[in-house]
Amino acid sequence: VFKRFVEIGRVAFISFGPHAGKLVAIVDVIDQNRALVDGPCSGVRRQAMPFKCMQLTDFVLKFPHSARQKCVRLAWEKENINEKWSATRWAKKIEAREKKAKMTDFDRYKVMKAKKMRNRIIKHEMKKLQRMASKKGKKPEKAVKPGKAKKAEKAPKAKKPEKALKAQKAQK
Amino acid sequence: MAGEKAPAEKKPAKKKAGEKKVEQKPSQKAAGDKKKRVKKYHASRNPVLARGIGRYSRSAMYARKALYKRKYTAPETKIEKKKKETPRATITKPVGGDKNGGSRVVKIRKMPRYYPTEDVPRKLLSHGKKPFCEHRRRLRASITPGTVLILLTGRHRGKRVVFLKQLDTGLLLVTGPLVVNRVPLRRAHQKFVIATSTKIDLTGVKIPKHLTDSYFKKKRLRKPKHQEGEIFDTEKEKYELTEQRKADQKAVDSQILARIKKVPQLRGYLRSTFCLSNGVYPHKLVF
Repeated sequence: VFKRFVEIGRVAFISFGPHAGKLVAIVDVIDQNRALVDGPCSGVRRQAMPFKCMQLTDFVLKFPHSARQKCVRLAWEKENINEKWSATRWAKKIEAREKKAKMTDFDRYKVMKAKKMRNRIIKHEMKKLQRMASKKGKKPEKAVKPGKAKKAEKAPKAKKPEKALKAQKAQK
Repeated sequence: MAGEKAPAEKKPAKKKAGEKKVEQKPSQKAAGDKKKRVKKYHASRNPVLARGIGRYSRSAMYARKALYKRKYTAPETKIEKKKKETPRATITKPVGGDKNGGSRVVKIRKMPRYYPTEDVPRKLLSHGKKPFCEHRRRLRASITPGTVLILLTGRHRGKRVVFLKQLDTGLLLVTGPLVVNRVPLRRAHQKFVIATSTKIDLTGVKIPKHLTDSYFKKKRLRKPKHQEGEIFDTEKEKYELTEQRKADQKAVDSQILARIKKVPQLRGYLRSTFCLSNGVYPHKLVF
């Protein structure tokens, strides 16, 4: 049922508090509520931190308990946690949320236009399929076609508006 | 008598001592100063009897100090000048009509024709109350020439518009441009405007200098000649578009449109209007 455990070396994401948004490794457990925590590569000094503000990630490092910061840093860099973290969906969602919050009025307009264009293309393809399906009557092909066609649609769709969306966000 | 003789003796002695006046011999003057007239003051001619009490009375001292021949007056030139410059009190004006004498002498400054029964009380001094023309005009740092603004009030509410400059009264000069969103060269109030962070580069754009507040001010005819029936007709309620406005609009817009075309999607952005919908909270939006 539980897959992520609090253990020595577990990398945690700090959700609130002064170090909100940073990654940290659990070095030792102090008592039921607190852990000794260190984030040499994320700018968090070695300190006690309550478990409540930590959210466990999938990453575990290998170092003995109460290891000093140098060891923690070595282990962190060996595992390349920073890169692995930014590749996770979790981090990407966070980044997307931040970007959305920073959108200016002009950006919002551009996104609106891109979405509109994308939806139009999707609708167009859908309608095409529906028309084809209804013309040819209820044939077994119908079940196969929409599935395949949808995948084919999303490829061309993906090119135009996705590029636009990404281009805007990259411009920022 | 003895007292009188004593002063008589003292007088000549003191006179001699006292005549170290201005015109005197150089040997008696301070060493080296021939150009500077060193005025040496005589010692007190009023011997002290007791502290604060002198031997001679005021009138005796007047005589002893020879003030009868030392009467000085202040230089009179300025006073004389001012006296000569008294303004004219009367003027003679010609008068028409037969057997009227041809002219009358009329006072220039006349006495008041009415004195109020109660005088107006003197107002207390106030401080820092300036008239509108002397007010300090401020401009938000987020508003610079070329900023896209969102108008919030007026008939063009919700429209996105380009800011040109701030006028003397503090209002903002703004333009659509006209072909983009039908907003002409117009004034907008700073407080009723949202400044977005989108800016158009307006370097080198020349705005004609005759576009001032008086150019944009609403005109009102005020010559009804006391005929109440016609008042409502003569006052212009309809705005009439003049050729000058069209020419100015064209002059400014042509420069701006060129810049707008360079930025992709900006023209469409200016054409669109701003609106709030579900889940959109102005305090959370970044403009």
